[in-house]
Amino acid sequence: MRIDLEPRPARTLALDIGAPIVALVAAIIFGGIVIWLLGKSPTLAFEVYFINPLLEGWSLQELAVKACPLVLIAVGLSFCYRANLWNIGAEGQFITGGLLGGWLGILTHNEAYQGLIGGWWILPSMLVLGAIGGALYALIPALLRVWLGASEILTSLMLVYVAELGLDWLVRGPFKDPEGFNFPQSVVFDDIARLPFLAEGERLHAGVLLALIAALIAAFVFARSLFGFEVRLIGEAPRAARFAGFDDRKLTLTVFVISGALAGLAGICEVAGQIGQLTPKISPGYGFTAIIVAFLGRLSPVGILVAALVLALTYIGGEAAQVELSLPSDMTRAFQGILLMCVLVADIATRYRIRLRLGAAA
Amino acid sequence: MTSEMFQLILMTVVTAATPLILAAIGELVTERAGVLNLGVEGMMIMGAALGFAGAYASGSTTIGALCGIVAGTLMAALFGLLTIGLAINQVASGLALTIFGLGLSGLLGTGFVGLKRDAAPQLHIQGLSDLPYMGELVFGEDPFVYAAILLVAGTAWFLSRTRAGLALRATGDNHQSAHALGLPVRRTRFLATLFGGACAGLAGAYLTLAYTPFWSPGMTAGRGWIALALVVFASWRPWRIVLGALLFGGATVLQLHAQAASFGLPGQLLSAAPYLATIVALLFLSSGARRNAAAPAALGQPFIAPR
Repeated sequence: MRIDLEPRPARTLALDIGAPIVALVAAIIFGGIVIWLLGKSPTLAFEVYFINPLLEGWSLQELAVKACPLVLIAVGLSFCYRANLWNIGAEGQFITGGLLGGWLGILTHNEAYQGLIGGWWILPSMLVLGAIGGALYALIPALLRVWLGASEILTSLMLVYVAELGLDWLVRGPFKDPEGFNFPQSVVFDDIARLPFLAEGERLHAGVLLALIAALIAAFVFARSLFGFEVRLIGEAPRAARFAGFDDRKLTLTVFVISGALAGLAGICEVAGQIGQLTPKISPGYGFTAIIVAFLGRLSPVGILVAALVLALTYIGGEAAQVELSLPSDMTRAFQGILLMCVLVADIATRYRIRLRLGAAA
Repeated sequence: MTSEMFQLILMTVVTAATPLILAAIGELVTERAGVLNLGVEGMMIMGAALGFAGAYASGSTTIGALCGIVAGTLMAALFGLLTIGLAINQVASGLALTIFGLGLSGLLGTGFVGLKRDAAPQLHIQGLSDLPYMGELVFGEDPFVYAAILLVAGTAWFLSRTRAGLALRATGDNHQSAHALGLPVRRTRFLATLFGGACAGLAGAYLTLAYTPFWSPGMTAGRGWIALALVVFASWRPWRIVLGALLFGGATVLQLHAQAASFGLPGQLLSAAPYLATIVALLFLSSGARRNAAAPAALGQPFIAPR
């Protein structure tokens, strides 16, 4: 058997929009087969995963809350991936952002340092610190790549493990709440150090607005600015970009800083929004899921907004499926892997006609 | 320290190094053919889960190891279909394979959490294994260790001394020329990818059958990624993988002993040591021109046959 790829003469808008949808449907079918093989009802699972969360007010809010970090991280990653640079350590940058921002939240606990000027500066400073924390951490693999040619893929991933262990150490050590009965968690931040809630129920926090703004700015940068063009050119035609005088070392550092800062911002939004304190586990793998979001959204900010909602749905549906169908949370992960593969296949199908030739030699 | 204890410590270094050797030697062959498979972690964890399941159901370590190999190979076949058949980006596909493998292994392994079985028996040769100082270290390891060494020796011989090995390297260095010479680029790459998957699956099975004789989700703990780094560290040369893996094994064991002795350093810092060591190792060997000379020239580039 042999697979032949024939280039399509032109890409059409219908293909571009249709491909991710077909991929999603295919992934749902494959996921259903896995669930059927596990001896559960695929139709019931579909209902629990994809229908029920859309029917209730609280779960719609939850959807936006879960999509928020995914949008922020994935928008950042789209800068890297468009430039053909592989930051896969967003999970680590998320954690260091949450840590650095959360540190200020701990310092200002119980109205400390609020003296004469009040506490209005705390939350903005936390957000800025969060972005800085993520950006600095992303700068490590970027600098190692620019200076020494070390693979950014491996270094950024290794740093995820280091960040997880660092967070674990801090919340069990220096950042631990002294009056917390020895639980591995920090103090709960003052209300003034937390993102305001947009609706009743204490779930939907203002970080969602930041995610929307980030996506809009990124859409503008990609569509209208020279920098956006430079990113794409370096990714698609590095030699041409060098002839045009673009500095690929500077660009490498810039896109890593952007993507790290957004991942760090996502981290502090999670810590200052939903959680309100530092705990040993502040992310259910947002940094990795965001990679899928970036590809499902075809590296376009608007696409990412939609894709993040889809992946957020799998988190919420996954939690419900654990309770209602006793499907382990690994199902969500397996589905996400299947979805990414389907998206990649669909993407290639927009550029080539795929022909199967049975009986031909490879 | 007595010589007995010293020998025991060296043996734990070898067991910590073996899964890395197995996974890295497979990935080395894959990369020499020009395919960068970042899914090692996913293939390895599937090997660990199915290796344990197979061994537990059949009661045989050999069958367990075979199940691990089959699991890794199937995962690699999926990767090959995507990247070689459909010419999809290898980095993204590798990530997808890892995410998928971590999830699926968790699903398949649910029923096996908490179960235990005996670790694979160690070799014992009357007389030789009882020799003082080195006897057990050389003649008393479990069979996987010897299999790993044989695999490295076989790979080194295959790549440098056989015609097929030369063809494989040509495919990895310049697929256009290889194609023009009439070499089957895609078939070579597919087979090399399958070999990499089989080795990663075996490496995973080693974890559940010999290293820690039980299954727990996510137990590979980044070893697949460390194996990927080892290939770079080894500059794509088979025997250097053994050297690198022993250094990493040594770092892991040292870290465990340091935790037990508790010098007052936080345990998390010591646990982070292998990952930090990986970064440092990458730095030493990736600087400058040497790396570019060693890496297969067409690594990671998809091949679409000209028509």
